[in-house]
Amino acid sequence: MATSADRFVHRPNAIDRLGRTVIYTGELLRHPVYTRFLHWMVGIFFFLALLSGFGIYLPWIFRFFTPLFGGGATTRFLHPWFGLAFVFFFALQAINWLQVMRWTPEDSRWMKHIKQYVTRSDSVESPETGFFNAGQKMQFWEIVWGCVAYVITGVIMWLPEIFGRILVAISYVIHDISALIMLFGIFFHVYLSTFGEPGTIQAMTRGTVSEGWAWTHHPAWYKAVTGRDPAEALAEAKRRNTPSPQPPRTL
Amino acid sequence: MSDRGTLRIQQISAHPGPVAGEGAQRQDKVCKLIDTTTCIGCKACEVACVEWNDMPFQTTYFDNTYQTMPDTDWNYWNLIKFNEDQHDDGSFAWLMRKHQCMHCEDPGCLRACPADGAIVQYSNGIVDFQQENCIGCQFCVSGCPFNIPKFNPNTKKVYKCTLCSDRVGAGLEPACIKACPTGCLHFGTKDDMKFLAENRASQLREVSGFQNAGVYDPDTIGGTHVIYVLHDATKPERYGNLPAKPRIPLSFTVWKDIFKPIGLFGAMLGFVGVVMHYVFEGPRREQPTPPVVRIDPPPPPAGKEN
Ligand code: HEM
Ligand code: SF4
Ligand code: SF4
Repeated sequence: MATSADRFVHRPNAIDRLGRTVIYTGELLRHPVYTRFLHWMVGIFFFLALLSGFGIYLPWIFRFFTPLFGGGATTRFLHPWFGLAFVFFFALQAINWLQVMRWTPEDSRWMKHIKQYVTRSDSVESPETGFFNAGQKMQFWEIVWGCVAYVITGVIMWLPEIFGRILVAISYVIHDISALIMLFGIFFHVYLSTFGEPGTIQAMTRGTVSEGWAWTHHPAWYKAVTGRDPAEALAEAKRRNTPSPQPPRTL
Repeated sequence: MSDRGTLRIQQISAHPGPVAGEGAQRQDKVCKLIDTTTCIGCKACEVACVEWNDMPFQTTYFDNTYQTMPDTDWNYWNLIKFNEDQHDDGSFAWLMRKHQCMHCEDPGCLRACPADGAIVQYSNGIVDFQQENCIGCQFCVSGCPFNIPKFNPNTKKVYKCTLCSDRVGAGLEPACIKACPTGCLHFGTKDDMKFLAENRASQLREVSGFQNAGVYDPDTIGGTHVIYVLHDATKPERYGNLPAKPRIPLSFTVWKDIFKPIGLFGAMLGFVGVVMHYVFEGPRREQPTPPVVRIDPPPPPAGKEN
């Protein structure tokens, strides 16, 4: 049974029309230009905010980060703007992905078998795995709530004259914890989208993935966009040991 | 606002490693004693502070008291607070208190500051801001129990009383001490000032009938290098928000010194985790993959326990 979380529905907007996505034989369209643009703006500003924040977080270790941004005072000036830009682009991304990030009963089942996912004991994902798997959704929602915490606590620290010293002292701890959790998560994110699951980064660079990637990592999505059964497609590919030749042109 | 030439440094904000001057030379702890019972509210000390520190005058506003302005400012470090205080029997007392940085032995401002060298504590106890290193984050404002550091929005730096570290370094008393006409301000070593203060407090208790007279030198922050003689040391709040038990927020002590490094270590476990995952489990590759030649080490033979 296909759900709205199995398939990404998107009407091309002005940013999509600024670029293009070439889909070669044996590939499926995964992320349109708009999604990719937002993702990398998020990525750039996340790391700018992270590095400039580190210089203030543990200055006695990370003092070498502040000169990168023009010294301590400039780093302090820039950090909130990097953070706001990060939150701004992530907010657009959150709106873009709200439908496919909905939590479903399949996701709860996926979480119960997270051990098999980590130990790679199955060679392909469970057939219920849709456009994003439950791990990706968890990360997404962690970032959403992390951004809410960042903005509230960040504004309090930005304008201490208005909020007073006790609120600032509390905000400072929450802001740090939010950053630590997000940093912890990003290691997994970057690993899985590069070394951990080869072929994934292409989804965010060129915007396409191979059909084999799709039936391996997101079988329900594969089924929703091609109409074919992922297990059969895999069995057939095993027989021929080549990807199937006819790519459908839809998401 | 510093005088690094003559004063040795004991503590530096956000500084990696030990401090070069720490314990390297013998230096007496200094202290300013303010006897609120003999202050007449003449504001000579306010003028002396502005004069010596060459600060620009700014407009202020009248708020129905004799106080020069509602609070200290980045260019007004010393303010006599005028408090009209009602006793239980309905009579009034006019409590005047010279309000400025207390030069805490354990300074919350310094603990909160994330900029290397923006706040230093000299071995004589004076806490001094070094504006050239200040990044303008105002965490010191949040760390200070006395609401002392004040932000200048133009320079984006924070300023406060230096206890005239420049004068003290040259063997002089602070400017406010020199200007006081009643002798309610004293300056010397902490031991001497503590002795003088206790003497005066017992005189107030025994001779003048102030049974609760005492010395304000709060031990929650290790004592201060500015101490008060108060007519009523049991309720310092009556002297214009002087906290009975000043405290530094736990964010700038427990969180900053202990959990921050641990938290970072925890986040870095994510990095170690993914590297180890790749080493031990390897990637999940899209299927079908080329046929496996051999798995190393080979799995144990079926049916046998080892
Ligand atoms: C070098 C750094 C990064 C790389 C290589 C990377 C790569 C990717 C890739 C390939 C995808 C698509 C996954 C798929 O289609 O299933 C993706 C999705 C995503 N990215 Fe990134 N990304 C990076 C940094 C970031 C940062 C810094 C953030 C936010 C703080 C972020 C947030 C997301 C989110 C929320 C998704 C969707 C859910 C998910 O796949 O987890 N990414 N990223
Ligand atoms: S009174 Fe405030 S500014 Fe002065 S030393 Fe103490 S904490 Fe720092
Ligand atoms: S504003 Fe205060 S806490 Fe921040 S760098 Fe300057 S002196 Fe340090």
